Amino acid sequence: MKKTVTALLTAAATLLCGAAFAQETVKIGVINAYSGQFADPGAQLDAGITLYMQQHGDTVAGKKIEIIRKDVGGIAPDVAKRLAEELIVRDKVDILAGALLTPNALAMGDVSAEAEKFMVVMNATTPVIITKSPYMIRTSATASQINGNFGTWIANQGVKQVYTMVTDYGPGIGSGTAFEEAFKAAGGEIVGQDRTPVVNPDFSPFVQRVAEADPEALYVWVPGGTQPPALAKALAERGITSENTKIYGQGELTDDAALEALGETALGIITAYHYNVHRDDAMNDEFVEAYRAANNGRDPDIYSIGAYDGMAAIYKALEATGGDASGEALINAAKGMTWDSPRGPIGIDAETGDVVQTIWIREVQMVDGKPANVIIDQVENAK
Amino acid sequence: MDPKSWIRAKARISPYEAIFWIAAAVIPFVFFENYLSLAASVAVTALFCISLDMILGYAGIISLGHAAFFGIGAYTAGILSARGWGEPISGLLLAAAVTAAVGYIVSFMIVRVQHLALLMITLGLSFLLAELAISFDQFTGGSDGLQGIDTWKLLGIWKFSLWGHTAYAYALATLFVLFLLARRIVHSPFGLTLEAIRENPVRTTALGAPNHAHLRKIFTIAAAFAGVAGALLAQISETVSPEALGFQRSAEIAVMLILGGTGRLYGAILGAIIFMIARDQISGFYLQYWYFWIGLILILVVLFLPRGILGGLERLARLGRRA
Amino acid sequence: MSTLIAVLFDGFSYGMLLFLLSVGLSVTLGLMNFTNLAHGAFAMLGGYVTYALVESAGWPFLATLPLAFLATALIAAVFEAVLFRRIYKSGELNQVLLTIGVVFASYAVAAFFFGTVHHSVDLPDYLKGFVEIGDLKLPAYRIFLVIVALAVTAGLILFLEFTRFGAMVRAAVDNDKVAGGLGLNINAIFALTFALGSGLAGLGGALAIDILFIDPNFGFHILVPVLIVVSIGGLGSIWGSFLAAAALGIFDVAGKFLFPDFGPFLIYLFMVVILFFRPNGFFARR
Repeated sequence: MKKTVTALLTAAATLLCGAAFAQETVKIGVINAYSGQFADPGAQLDAGITLYMQQHGDTVAGKKIEIIRKDVGGIAPDVAKRLAEELIVRDKVDILAGALLTPNALAMGDVSAEAEKFMVVMNATTPVIITKSPYMIRTSATASQINGNFGTWIANQGVKQVYTMVTDYGPGIGSGTAFEEAFKAAGGEIVGQDRTPVVNPDFSPFVQRVAEADPEALYVWVPGGTQPPALAKALAERGITSENTKIYGQGELTDDAALEALGETALGIITAYHYNVHRDDAMNDEFVEAYRAANNGRDPDIYSIGAYDGMAAIYKALEATGGDASGEALINAAKGMTWDSPRGPIGIDAETGDVVQTIWIREVQMVDGKPANVIIDQVENAK
Repeated sequence: MDPKSWIRAKARISPYEAIFWIAAAVIPFVFFENYLSLAASVAVTALFCISLDMILGYAGIISLGHAAFFGIGAYTAGILSARGWGEPISGLLLAAAVTAAVGYIVSFMIVRVQHLALLMITLGLSFLLAELAISFDQFTGGSDGLQGIDTWKLLGIWKFSLWGHTAYAYALATLFVLFLLARRIVHSPFGLTLEAIRENPVRTTALGAPNHAHLRKIFTIAAAFAGVAGALLAQISETVSPEALGFQRSAEIAVMLILGGTGRLYGAILGAIIFMIARDQISGFYLQYWYFWIGLILILVVLFLPRGILGGLERLARLGRRA
Repeated sequence: MSTLIAVLFDGFSYGMLLFLLSVGLSVTLGLMNFTNLAHGAFAMLGGYVTYALVESAGWPFLATLPLAFLATALIAAVFEAVLFRRIYKSGELNQVLLTIGVVFASYAVAAFFFGTVHHSVDLPDYLKGFVEIGDLKLPAYRIFLVIVALAVTAGLILFLEFTRFGAMVRAAVDNDKVAGGLGLNINAIFALTFALGSGLAGLGGALAIDILFIDPNFGFHILVPVLIVVSIGGLGSIWGSFLAAAALGIFDVAGKFLFPDFGPFLIYLFMVVILFFRPNGFFARR
């Protein structure tokens, strides 16, 4: 009874006070990690948001865009849920965004569904997230999108046997499973499966196991940050290079830090990724330059582009709805959208709301005397 | 004054207490309706803090792994709900029972060690449990957390909405009931004995008190309280992840307890309120600096306010009375 | 067979790193009964000193190591005199909380000056890659680690057994009241030993960069393995720390090699069991 009365009074007050005032601004609540273990990818994500707004202004379809940032501190789904609830109830946001980490994204999804608010997942890649709310879209990538298509591609190259090594948590296991299923469906055989702990300072025993097995090919999945260079070093130290074993991984494996750690031993490693800093594309070059200028020379990465395109999706959807920021309007506008992004062509699947994009296959080659990821193939409209 | 009436005098309900609880029940609903989810969170944390106060403040058992029981309670209630039985109150009872059982078993180990070994064992146990939670992902959902928790209507009437009305009422009611129970326990001969054991275990043994048995009892009870707090959180937020068992959580309540003041029950509540609200308000961009302030506050509290804020207030009151 | 040796060597070298990081804490805990969780923060400090010198000032890696040691030792001495000395008698809980406060603050300071991203340092070429010994490919850097750790161990033993100051430290660990009664300046001994132990942690932090990388979370992350080594090895015992660290390193690496599905679970289980039967660790002096 009390709630009904409150709701009625609120509705009446809103109508009477003139809806116009309350709706001049479209508020976006960004739930991200600004401290703790994931502070760095969180900072990159935030930089993507900032850069987009810097380039495109803060007004869309006559409405002012306001960003409200909340720090979830790391993996804390109960906190993420509470922050999302507070953003909607207290700060009256129209759109939820951010979602760096899977458990938090799942919790936010529940709130988005209950409050019927548009939500943009800017990073978390676990496939099941998108099913949590009918008002959700994703602008990053999914584990299955990258690794499933990669598995098929690898099989089509004539590789018959692969040993897999993934990190023992959601994204790792999901990526590994997607890869293995696709690879087997295309006729390949999985000769070994290992899982590395999430907090793992030392890859040497796992690499040792691979050395013992001496497979035709090795597929690895590790999260970005400290692990790729550590793994890369472990591989090099045990003499596992692409000269004796084909090495495949998701793009994090050969990020800049890893390439520096590996040096020439990285040559020949083939990775699949949805974003490349170095690509022969004018739009991307402009984006990278602008990003570097705004971030002390730091290169953009998947976190930056996920957020950048997330903002792009919001802006374009708002333009399509003429400023209507309700969940219903925005999701209908967003589904089926396509546009050109610095990463390549990107779109939002009309049925699921998930991201559709080109997956780039890259190989580490010497460019101007330094190892770099060079695009050798691509999978278009990957889902 | 004979011992019984002394205890009874200590246990009398002061008017301040009554004011506090009435305020807690009314103010958030009336003035802070947009903050009810936060209020519910504070109530849950306060309950968790009280459970730590029981073993740390009253009995002197320094544990850095108390979140293990919080987590067990959370997962128990969560798994129960995810498997189809989402009735809240029975979830709480089951969580309390399971945590008490585990607490009882663990207590045998806990009472036999002290100092660094105790610290490390409690730490190690909580890490162990976190690993188990991640490994048995068929039950627990692994590192992504438990999915599918659906809390039914409270008493069949009130739905848990995102506004948080039901959540806060539920959390506050549970906190109050358990607080009364805790109060009864500490203001009793048993409670006094615990404090004696904390101060001087050798002397209490000489006086004939069964130290180990008493410590085991309070440890089990505290574990159950923590389990209920965890279950509350799982039901209200409909999420559980291995972080519920983690060291960070154990460390945070220790900070809150020190801030508020150990050995007073109300110190636990006060510490929880101050910490959670401060963090919520600073939860904007520069939360790294939150760590700096918390670190500094910890250092200052240990150096200058070793009995916490309540202790400091008491000292002021005593000075005031003398003047 | 050669795989097994390689795995054991990996574990041993990781253990040696842990030893360097832990021995200081073991000695100060045994000496002063001061639960210093800020030890991890000091290790992080040493790491950042090396990182800053190599990246900003262009120093060669090896040259930064003595400085990492000295700078950390000095700053630790200041902390000891100004802050920690006040809580020696304050009970364990207060020590734990104050030193955790220091770790929290150190996280924020590190994040402020160096950002949240993890860093590595460029090693000189002769420390990169691997060395072939017969059938084995042993990583060069780990060989370096083992040499440094063994040198430090030898130095510490020589110091404690054969110098006057070392004798004073041993006396103070055994019974500080009697030692004080015999005229030893306990405060000075504490301060110097604390500085030494923390300096070693700083050195360990600097050496750890290549394997564990340096970031503001380092102070937290390194605490757990260090505490495990100290509690199992026994307070105040160098040998205890050495053996416990070596054992932990080997078990950790070999465990992951043989049973990759069990992860760190086994380590914690062992620790809990061992501590239950030997609450003072294996070689406790106190």
